Amino acid sequence: MSKVMEKKTNVRNEQTKKPEVKSEVNKEKASSIIEVNDLNLWYGSDQALYEVSMDIPQERVTAIIGPSGCGKSTFLKTLNRMVEMVPIVKTSGSIKYREQDIFSSKFKQEYLRTKVGMVFQKPNPFPKSIYDNVAYGPRIHGVKKKEILDQIVEKSLKGAAIWDELKDRLHENAYGLSGGQQQRVCIARALAVEPDVILMDEPTSALDPISTAKVEELVQELKEKYSIVIVTHNMQQAARISDKTAFFLNGELIEYADTDNLFQNPQDKRTEDYITGRFG
Amino acid sequence: MLGQNEQNIKQRMEGRVAANKISMVLFGLATAVGLIVLVLLFYRVLTQGVGYLSLDYILNFPAPYPEEAGIYAGLIGSIFLMIIVAVFSIIIGVSTALYLEEYAPKNRFTDFIRVNIQNLAGVPSIVFGLLGLTFFVYMFNFGYTLLAGGLTMALLILPVIVVASQEAVRSVPSEIKEASYGMGASKWQTIARVVLPAAIPGILTGAIIALSRAIGETAPLIIVGAATAIYTLPDSLLAKYTVMPIQIYNWTGRPQEEWQYVAGAGIIILLAVLLLMNSIAVLIRNKYQRRF
Amino acid sequence: MAVSPCLMDERSLMMDKGLQSEGNMIDVQQMIENNKKKKTFGERIEKIIPFFLLLCAAVSVLTTLGILFTLLRESIGFFSDVSIVNFYTGTNWSPWSGEYGVAPLIGGTLLVTLISTLVAVPLGLMAAIFLSEYANDKVRRVIKPILEVLAGIPTVVYGYFALTFITPMFQSIIPDLGIFNALSAGVVVGIMIIPMVASLSEDAMNSVPNALREGAYGLGATKLEVVFKVVLPAALSGIVASIVLAISRAIGETMIVTIAAGATPNLTFNPTESIQTMTAFIVQAATGDTTFGSTIYYSLYAVGMTLFVFTLVMNLIAQYISRKFREEY
Repeated sequence: MSKVMEKKTNVRNEQTKKPEVKSEVNKEKASSIIEVNDLNLWYGSDQALYEVSMDIPQERVTAIIGPSGCGKSTFLKTLNRMVEMVPIVKTSGSIKYREQDIFSSKFKQEYLRTKVGMVFQKPNPFPKSIYDNVAYGPRIHGVKKKEILDQIVEKSLKGAAIWDELKDRLHENAYGLSGGQQQRVCIARALAVEPDVILMDEPTSALDPISTAKVEELVQELKEKYSIVIVTHNMQQAARISDKTAFFLNGELIEYADTDNLFQNPQDKRTEDYITGRFG
Repeated sequence: MLGQNEQNIKQRMEGRVAANKISMVLFGLATAVGLIVLVLLFYRVLTQGVGYLSLDYILNFPAPYPEEAGIYAGLIGSIFLMIIVAVFSIIIGVSTALYLEEYAPKNRFTDFIRVNIQNLAGVPSIVFGLLGLTFFVYMFNFGYTLLAGGLTMALLILPVIVVASQEAVRSVPSEIKEASYGMGASKWQTIARVVLPAAIPGILTGAIIALSRAIGETAPLIIVGAATAIYTLPDSLLAKYTVMPIQIYNWTGRPQEEWQYVAGAGIIILLAVLLLMNSIAVLIRNKYQRRF
Repeated sequence: MAVSPCLMDERSLMMDKGLQSEGNMIDVQQMIENNKKKKTFGERIEKIIPFFLLLCAAVSVLTTLGILFTLLRESIGFFSDVSIVNFYTGTNWSPWSGEYGVAPLIGGTLLVTLISTLVAVPLGLMAAIFLSEYANDKVRRVIKPILEVLAGIPTVVYGYFALTFITPMFQSIIPDLGIFNALSAGVVVGIMIIPMVASLSEDAMNSVPNALREGAYGLGATKLEVVFKVVLPAALSGIVASIVLAISRAIGETMIVTIAAGATPNLTFNPTESIQTMTAFIVQAATGDTTFGSTIYYSLYAVGMTLFVFTLVMNLIAQYISRKFREEY
């Protein structure tokens, strides 16, 4: 642990090398949908993210790993500006979604969140019917007609691979579902707004192994159409489902590479220590 | 020496244990006093009032003879008054709670509103009557009418509704608010479609309990001029009116014993209405409890 | 949901086209794009709502200001007719013959409050101790709602009970007790505030950490000793606050004293006599033929302000005590 602390000071200097690392990684053709540059973030006077720069590839699964408190959730929530729900948050640097600066005043938070959807750590359906849960997003964005909502609900539940299980129970309260089903309804709810990017904040940490497997399978299917960023505590999960992996430590992006590379051939000692279970 | 000491302790111990037993009985009895009084009160009211209770009693207007007197005007007046009170106090109370919980910036003014509501809850109800007399009866020139009474009572129970609504709004988990924001919902959309629906059972329970306090209130309505005897039902917001507690008060104050029985019958009706309201509140609370 | 044609806005028309052309699929994102471009109704709502809510929140502040304004203004009107010194030092209250010495009303209020406190504090505290320290969960679940019922009985019903039951009962013990007397009224006011003392004190006792109790039990203390040596001292400020609040309620109580204590302004500390409290006078004057603008009309407010100051001071004391109390744990 102390070793890590010592090395922290060097990281700033290493930061300049980052672009090289990235170009090496980015040999695959995938173009990026979100570009993060020199992102710093403070909660009041406590800095939580330091000079983070990374590109999120389109229609791929990007995993973010790291020990608790390393800033991975904070980083994820910055991508759709949910982090700003804490009023004392300040940021610097830039995040571009399809070349547009998301912090610009012209770019409305609400609009951003329709493009960059989110699935949360704990399944958080509304205390409403399954149908109303999924129809919530389209409704707030002005869809009123029943037949259209019906189609969206069906399509979204199918997209979340839960339509067959639930099609006869659409008007039951979502609180009556199992945790795994709830989480997939929440995914369907996010899909209903038809975002480009789906952020997932440890979406399986509250689920049993079988439900976890189903959600993981679903993530694989979703990347056909969506770009997915998933924060996970579980390195095996990251290795199983992601195309690229980023390792965060103490608010800094230590290493970002193709998942296979990162796990088999970590470039940074701290990454190696973490994935071999030496800390965290 | 040691044996002596131990015996002392033992002896004292017996005393201490006995004192504990006796005091436990004493505390239990003290607790029972409240319950006994409640039983006596119900017994008294029932035995005195039940003889005068009849359909005629419920459907009759006040009358000069006890046998003919009824609580119809008061019953209907109380219901009308409660509708006015509910409309004003719930709209303003819930809005205040939403402001304080969701919008209010952390500053002196917000703190001031909070402390102010706390203090308002401790102001004697009769002082609200004086407020209503100055403003609603004279300054706004509503006179001794349903509207003046309703507004006065709405202000009286406002603090109770605000506090209950604040609790209900606060108990909506932040996770589901985040889910809404995460889909691009605006603040008001989130409040109107997620927070309020989830908070409604709590708000309703609090509101009904507050209204059941208002329906038994007498003093402020005396000040703002609820009539004691009235022979027509109020037909507009600016009509004269009476309410059940006022009729009961009026009958209680008459010297002939029969009027006390009439009052007793009125109390039975009033308590039945209260029981009904509280049962509804409990039902709502039980039905929607712990959905999160 | 049936949408009538006249309600259909451009958006839904557009959606209908989309519906036909795009093989029955609607593009939510397309709609969001469309919405984004115009300054929507929604955005305006978003700005108006907080303002509307703030206005509603201001009502409670206006209420307080209104109370202060009306009490002060009408009292000042009163004190231009009757000297403030005479008002607070005079000992004769007979407004219909022009005597405005408020002492008998204050005395009546204090007498009733004293009696009610003597009833409510011991009974309420013992009940709180019983509920918090001795009763098991089952008993507590039965008794607490019953105490709540006691707190929910309308005061006019208590007044009726005092006049028609308590007074005759006391008369059988004290033969020369009048029909209207401070004793019955005070006792019943006391009963009314028992739930307040009991539940607020119980809250205070419940918040005493169990570790403190266990420490004492570990030394072989009995429950009674734990109550008096550990729980009561630790919960003292909460208990005192509950008593002060209950006293404030008793001071402001109106119907019980109006019905059962009489209408005789009487500077006495004999509880068997008929008296009049500040609140009862306000009711009496308001029900009588008090003409708007007369001195008696204004006297309502002077008495009301005196009453208000009494209860306000009590409430502020209670708040001060309980705020200090919160800092302790």
